Amino acid sequence: MNPIAFLVLAALTVAAALTVVLHRNPVHSALGLVSTLFLLSVQFVGLDAEMVAVLQIIVYAGAVVVLFLFVIMLLNLGVEVRRTGGPVLVGVAVTGAVALAALLVRGVLGRAPTAVAELPAGFGSTTAIGERLFTAYLVPFELTSLLLLVAVIGAVVLAKKRL
Amino acid sequence: MGVDAAIIAGKALFMMLAFVLQVMALGVWFERKVSAVIQDRIGANRASIFGVAAMGIVNTLVADPIKFLLKEDITPANVDRLLHAMAPVLSLVPALLAFAVIPFGDVLVVGDRVINLQPASLNVGLLYVLAMASLSVYGVVLAGWASNNRWSLLGGIRGSAQMISYEIAMGLALIGTVLVYNTLDLQEMARAQGHLLWGWLPAWGVLYQPVAFLIFMTAGVAESKRIPFDLPESESELVAGYFTEYSGAKHLMFMMSDFVEVVLVSALVTVLFFGGWQVPWLFRDGFHLPSGSVVPVASLLVTILQLTAFGLKLIFFTWLQIVIRWTLPRFRYDQLMRLGWQGLLPLALANVVVTALVVLLLERAA
Repeated sequence: MNPIAFLVLAALTVAAALTVVLHRNPVHSALGLVSTLFLLSVQFVGLDAEMVAVLQIIVYAGAVVVLFLFVIMLLNLGVEVRRTGGPVLVGVAVTGAVALAALLVRGVLGRAPTAVAELPAGFGSTTAIGERLFTAYLVPFELTSLLLLVAVIGAVVLAKKRL
Repeated sequence: MGVDAAIIAGKALFMMLAFVLQVMALGVWFERKVSAVIQDRIGANRASIFGVAAMGIVNTLVADPIKFLLKEDITPANVDRLLHAMAPVLSLVPALLAFAVIPFGDVLVVGDRVINLQPASLNVGLLYVLAMASLSVYGVVLAGWASNNRWSLLGGIRGSAQMISYEIAMGLALIGTVLVYNTLDLQEMARAQGHLLWGWLPAWGVLYQPVAFLIFMTAGVAESKRIPFDLPESESELVAGYFTEYSGAKHLMFMMSDFVEVVLVSALVTVLFFGGWQVPWLFRDGFHLPSGSVVPVASLLVTILQLTAFGLKLIFFTWLQIVIRWTLPRFRYDQLMRLGWQGLLPLALANVVVTALVVLLLERAA
């Protein structure tokens, strides 16, 4: 992937992610989340992972965040009221953030890439991903579907007044 | 590199200018004139240039767009200005982007260069279309929310619920076609429909997947939010639903995205179920008639015939959707949800299971 394109995309992604956290209007935050997910999927395209990119858009940008927006609109949430914790809480948060950032920077600098790996033929294609999913990762895949089933049943139990 | 990029740009431009925008404009004209015929009226016929009204074409395709563009663009007080302005764009752009993977012809041979007549050949073609379709929800939702109007908000909420519900049935219906063609690339799907059954019947997808066709067509009409599924804008209840507070060019963009979505559904139905650019009995070297005789046709003429066939099929399905719109009454909201979740969804699931079983048994037998 072109390093300049990567840097521009990365900067945009971080900016979009920051709006999610910093914006006081829930709808704008949700839109920031959509932008973050969309830009991430553009990154995936740059990394030859078209299938993951498209699934990212369909599942997250196209369905999950739409439901977020739906709930925000149904509950008619207004602009969020900011509350700041005491000085102790702020201090702990800042220290934690700085420590986490230092760890990340150290981790990235410690293992700077020396060579670009050669991609196997058909990398990231539907066939390749499908084959891995249904052979090497079959058990985790099936367990995930079980997890989703549990979530669906839970939602039905919670929502229905009488079963 | 430069030539290849120019060819891709040329193909995308051709797709837009020769097919999408033309058929969309025809759709607008159908909307006015077909509705008039159905309701025993004359329809748009007022505007004319030097006395030429051209059966209302001047009225619908020249006068109306100019009127929209020249009208005042009102932004109501207390709206979220940024999102209010973004919503029409977010509604139109994904619908246009989806056309990037639609094949409009087989190949064009220029010298020793063979050009694949599909703007972008993606390994994940069909999923890409679904991704773009799922993004177009945002235009509706944001228009409804940003307008700061109760009718708009209700329209936006209805729109998002409806589009998510019908996307599921739509995606499941498409799984059946993917199982049959064994690919996600729309060009490969169109090519797979090129052979003949029993020597005379073109093997179009609708013969293999009739149930998927019905589900997809229904869900497609619902996705483009048109009668009988136009609850998001139902004018008898919600003024104009999510685009109540839009005027001028922004309103025109919402109308355009409606019609672009109609053309998109037509294009997908054509490619998935009706052979795409295939002309019956026409192969790369000419017509292979069922009687056994072969009429050779020049390569360039074959391509032109295919482009024409694709265009005609697009126009037919656009016309069909507009006839559906003016024939059926609007659903009630609970009926709409029941049809989506209790009608189409189980049917699509059954279609997937049956198709998978048949494909598996046929592979075992072979």
